[in-house]
Amino acid sequence: MKLQLSEEDAAFREEMRTFFTTQIPQDIRDTVTARRELSKDQIVRSMQAMNAAGIAVPNWPVEWGGKDWTPLQRHIWHEEMQLAGVMPPLAFNASMVGPVIAAFGSQELKERFLPKTANLDIWWSQGFSEPDAGSDLASLRTTAVREGDEYVVNGQKTWTTLGQYGDWIFTLVRTDPTVKKQAGISFLLIDMTSPGLTVRPIELIDGGHEVNEVFFDNVRVPVENLVGEENKGWDYAKFLLGNERVGVAPVGSTKRTLAQAKEYAKTAGAGGTSLLDDPLLAAQIAELENDLLALELTALRVVANSADGKPHPASSVLKLQGTVLQQAVTELWVDIAGPNALATGAGEGSDVPELARTATPNYLNYRKASIYGGSNEVQRQIIAGTILGLRG
Amino acid sequence: MDFTLDSEQIALRDAVRGLLGKAYDSSETRRQVTKTDPGWDEKTWQRLAEMGALGLPFAEEDGGFGAGPVEVSIVAEEIGRVIAPEPYVEAVVLAGGLVAAAGTAEQRAEIIGALAEGTLVPAFAHTEPAARYSEKPTVTAAASGDGWTLTGVKEPVLGGARADLLIVSAAVEGGTGLFLVKPDADGLTRTSYATFDGGRAAHIAFASTPATPLGEPGADQSAAIASVIAAAQIAYGHEALGAMATALETTTAYLKTRKQFGVPLMTFQALTFRAADMYVSLELARSTVTWATLVLLDGAAAEDVIEAASRAKLQVSKAGRHIGQEAIQLHGGIGMTAEYSVGHYTSRLTAIDHLLGDGRHHLSALSTSLDDHGVVEPLP
Repeated sequence: MKLQLSEEDAAFREEMRTFFTTQIPQDIRDTVTARRELSKDQIVRSMQAMNAAGIAVPNWPVEWGGKDWTPLQRHIWHEEMQLAGVMPPLAFNASMVGPVIAAFGSQELKERFLPKTANLDIWWSQGFSEPDAGSDLASLRTTAVREGDEYVVNGQKTWTTLGQYGDWIFTLVRTDPTVKKQAGISFLLIDMTSPGLTVRPIELIDGGHEVNEVFFDNVRVPVENLVGEENKGWDYAKFLLGNERVGVAPVGSTKRTLAQAKEYAKTAGAGGTSLLDDPLLAAQIAELENDLLALELTALRVVANSADGKPHPASSVLKLQGTVLQQAVTELWVDIAGPNALATGAGEGSDVPELARTATPNYLNYRKASIYGGSNEVQRQIIAGTILGLRG
Repeated sequence: MDFTLDSEQIALRDAVRGLLGKAYDSSETRRQVTKTDPGWDEKTWQRLAEMGALGLPFAEEDGGFGAGPVEVSIVAEEIGRVIAPEPYVEAVVLAGGLVAAAGTAEQRAEIIGALAEGTLVPAFAHTEPAARYSEKPTVTAAASGDGWTLTGVKEPVLGGARADLLIVSAAVEGGTGLFLVKPDADGLTRTSYATFDGGRAAHIAFASTPATPLGEPGADQSAAIASVIAAAQIAYGHEALGAMATALETTTAYLKTRKQFGVPLMTFQALTFRAADMYVSLELARSTVTWATLVLLDGAAAEDVIEAASRAKLQVSKAGRHIGQEAIQLHGGIGMTAEYSVGHYTSRLTAIDHLLGDGRHHLSALSTSLDDHGVVEPLP
């Protein structure tokens, strides 16, 4: 056993820290640390800066811009970017569709899409969930019927995050309704400017617009846009959902947000006094810090000891506890803001600090974290079933 | 960075697991052992000595085996897995650790050699009835002629009645000193009683009792005490991990086999989700406790080891309460009975929680140091 990073990993951490704190445009990092919404342009510039340095898609095959990093190095890369207030590369491109095309797509699809995907020249949207297929994804009903060299797609997707910016959407569609539900699904890439495709925004409780519904009304898609084989889409989806274990718990950004809350609390009391003198609040912060430490160490255990390719059992803890703590810190922010948390509609003339004004929208927004990516109840089901062997 | 055991460490674990698994093959065996004084099994202690487990953390020139905190943690965790009542952390990590940290070369050779051989079981008499977790004793030490005497009361002293040698903390000019006291010394009385987890503790009164300073006479040993207590807190964390792992395994097995309403309990999602949460608690505690051991191994500054131990103890307190309480609840009534094991695990976890500072105590300490850092950094 050993605590220290190897010399090589320590040097790597230093290299990443230097890059993220000096090479990502300051306006982007300021927006992240102010907990404001990033614009499309900022997200694109951020990922392009990383891609120019060759570190936007380290999890891809080396041939397509990946890095042959160890799981620990990928963890360090991910943590350092979050600590520096840098948004991770757009997940739809970097962690979802890119690896699937690289692993299962034809050479033609790879050449056509992967460089543009890595550079965010194409903004991908995810078309998996449907109104009746959330955590039970295999129940999806959007159909793709082959007519000559085209699929005709009909149906509806929902919860399409940032779909308003999307150029292309990767979808799971039903190509064979006669077999068991997992067996008749295909993985199809669809140009979002296609006739018959419409995007409708969904307004959320935080007042923001980040998810959408996408409707397909006789949308014609060339068959060459099929990834891999017809009716094998479920396997690719499982690969997509399972291959990104690093970074599943947003430890770095939660740590940064908690440290920020602590700093803010130092003058947030009546007359500018420190709220840290309130023993209950101090204890809440200290306990969250300790829980985050436990989570981070668990993530380190997982990445340091997953060399043989098998997932470490404790990895299932990461998503569950990661979102619990992410949400707890957004809740803490609202408590620290107190009555100032109500000033969400105030503009620049307000005397209420911006971080207090954004506290509640953030809190409400992050209720999503325990729902998406397999709800926390699904995570508990996985732990009970696959780790503890409790199968009802 | 590496969180896994090497092959020698795995061999040690397997050997200790084999020995203790045989010695405590059922909770009934443990009950029989804890029913009679001294509350643990001398033969098992002797076997641990023969295996080398009692001398692990000590320097070879003092009669030890020159291993380190990882090896100690392995033994402690196996002790916890079967909740063996032998006083491993108390005698080896605490009492032995103090001798190693504060004793003269002569004292170290004499005491540690005998401890490692299993012929001398020392106890640390530190806790006082009105002191909670305070580091400042009210037992006083006075120099008299060319010797020293102690006056006051220590209680509860774990293993105090069986101990062959007491290491006593006492107020000296300018701080806290450490003293060696023989159990048959003049003016010493000790009364033994059972603790709720099957252990033994004692009331020990000193009335001008002759004592030998451990290390330099009259010196303030507060720093040594704090460091050794931190090491013991971490070792207790491993003992708790072993106990929590068994409590979860026992509960999981029960959910698979026990039928109610004609089906196994694991058919009910409300129960399996609670077991999943127990697993989450255990893994988070395991990460923090293992990390604290590595901080100790790393030779970090004393204050960093003390903070790491506090963080580990806080996580163990939360996890121990959660897992212990749920183990009983998921078993139902049988979990309440003395014939069944999980209640004993919950008892032991409760005891460990309150040894050397409970979760509330450590959280309170950590709450006062929020200003010292922005984020908590686990790696040096």
